[in-house]
Amino acid sequence: MININYFLKGFFCIKSANSPAIALFASFVAVGALFKSIGLNIQESILSTSLTYALPGSLIMAESLIVGASLLNIFLAVWLVNARLYPMTVSLFPLLTHKSQPRLKYYLACHFIAVSAWLIMKENYKSVDRKYRLDYWIGVGAANLSVAVLATVFGFLIADYLSKDMMIGLAIVNPVYFICVMVAAMKTIQMSLAVILGSVFGILFYFVSPEWCILFGGFTAGSLAFFIGELY
Amino acid sequence: MAINVLLAILATSLATYLSRFLGVITSKKVKENSKIFKWFNCLAYSTLSALLARIIIFPAGALAEVDYLIRFIVVFVCLIIFLISKKNFVYPTVLSALLLTLLSSNL
Repeated sequence: MININYFLKGFFCIKSANSPAIALFASFVAVGALFKSIGLNIQESILSTSLTYALPGSLIMAESLIVGASLLNIFLAVWLVNARLYPMTVSLFPLLTHKSQPRLKYYLACHFIAVSAWLIMKENYKSVDRKYRLDYWIGVGAANLSVAVLATVFGFLIADYLSKDMMIGLAIVNPVYFICVMVAAMKTIQMSLAVILGSVFGILFYFVSPEWCILFGGFTAGSLAFFIGELY
Repeated sequence: MAINVLLAILATSLATYLSRFLGVITSKKVKENSKIFKWFNCLAYSTLSALLARIIIFPAGALAEVDYLIRFIVVFVCLIIFLISKKNFVYPTVLSALLLTLLSSNL
């Protein structure tokens, strides 16, 4: 089913120097504390992180629960903010396909798509034998998800000891880490444009629609970057 | 709370899984050396970048309580540290939390 060797190799990527573990842990500690403050119990918190795992969606859910939004509203709001997982999947999974892997495994393994694991895999896939890339990916994803769940539990337990200023401190860690990662990814004109235009258009479209700005902004910026990059 | 928490968790995870699921379906038809793949790669990075810009400039939750100037200073300082530390990821990440906690509690 899974090649244990490659699974473990992927799993232990979490220990590498540029691993997202710190950022991931910090942000899910904040999520755990937030869940407690809005009245979820520990089982529900663990379930939520295990099943959703992509962080912005969990924040939307927490906000929606506070204001008492309807289920349909939650579904749409989360879908909008997490729709970025679609291009992320399409820009990763073609690198992992191999005819020896069963189809169902891809549908299960895609649950691990969130920015942290995705970035590790984008960095490392070339060094992994194609036949076992999916097993390696499942290892990477399992490690990241474990960190997220542990951090949620930890955050839930220490929620009462976290001051407002500490919560604010935890909230900045994840964006700062990923901004650094984005800057590191700017190796070609195309990539640099995608990153820079993405932030510019993301903000511009916010004034048109706060809900759609990530998708519209990202789509416009990514397409522009692609075409300009192809011309050069 | 008006609605059932469990149902909200399920709705959230289904909405999240939907994009991943559709991504796998599309991936079947995309070759890794194709232009389409390159385009999706640009889209993935630009949507991430749009999300990050939104989190920093128009944040929700805890970050919204900090003045935007402080958020900018923290991000800027951390980026400089990242670049001069030869792209070390640990220094800027740890520093960002300390710096923001310090600035927001003292200003």
